[in-house]
Amino acid sequence: MKFGVVRFPGSCDEHDALLACRRFADAEVLWHKDRDLKGVDAVVVPGGFSYGDYLRVGAIARFSPVMEAVTEFALAGRPVLGICNGFQVLCEAGLLPGALLPNTSLRFLCRDVDLVVENADTPFTRACSRGDVLSIPVKHTTGRFYAPEEALDELERQGQVLLRYADGHNPNGSARDIAGVANRQKNVFGLMPHPEHATDPLAGSADGGRIFESLVAHVEELVAA
Amino acid sequence: MIRPKEGILDPQGQTVERALPALGFEGVANVHVGRLVELDVDDVARVPEMCEKLLANPLIEDYEVLAVD
Repeated sequence: MKFGVVRFPGSCDEHDALLACRRFADAEVLWHKDRDLKGVDAVVVPGGFSYGDYLRVGAIARFSPVMEAVTEFALAGRPVLGICNGFQVLCEAGLLPGALLPNTSLRFLCRDVDLVVENADTPFTRACSRGDVLSIPVKHTTGRFYAPEEALDELERQGQVLLRYADGHNPNGSARDIAGVANRQKNVFGLMPHPEHATDPLAGSADGGRIFESLVAHVEELVAA
Repeated sequence: MIRPKEGILDPQGQTVERALPALGFEGVANVHVGRLVELDVDDVARVPEMCEKLLANPLIEDYEVLAVD
């Protein structure tokens, strides 16, 4: 099992993402100009400020050569995880519903938040149980998840809301306390909190490891089948 | 000209709206902070497509094309 971690100019969390992936499997960097995903089994689009976040967060990265390959990979049903800026990029690319807006406080936030697992029946959450609470840090200025009301109803109906901020933990004003959503097929997942920064008890929590563990179990099950 | 869609919480606009009366500028409402993208183009008819594809995110933003000779 091999993870590919995309590096855009301006990415800054790819090192932690690589370290997190390597705790559970192999991992290598995919450069933003790569058109070939080097045979990876899962793609991680990490946090940072891709292309300086100029114009709008994630707006430029979506047109990079690697995103063409990532889009094909995603449309073939393979797993793609977007963290923070990666989540924003996947929304801009149309691989995930909704958009991320500036935090209601207009401030940069950096803190641990509690997240409730809403759907444990996905490649990203299968190592959890529904209702589990994960402690994972957020650090962002633009993390307020938005989608029109009807779209939010549809996301809830289809079980696409995988993680929700626990009561009183919504840091940014996200609609319905949504912290992470998947596409309809559940093979693309984006979240604002940073599971890659919470894979070692030394960092305060190892709860983020459950996301990577889930992906490894998913891929290994596919290979065995 | 790109601005947040009506109905979407715009904390930047709200902050400006609160700041103006504090400076004595009364009677101001519906403040929205957006951004202006200036372009020299050969074919202005293509600008809406540019907005849809890159310059704006139509899910959260409205855009208006203002042509100046």
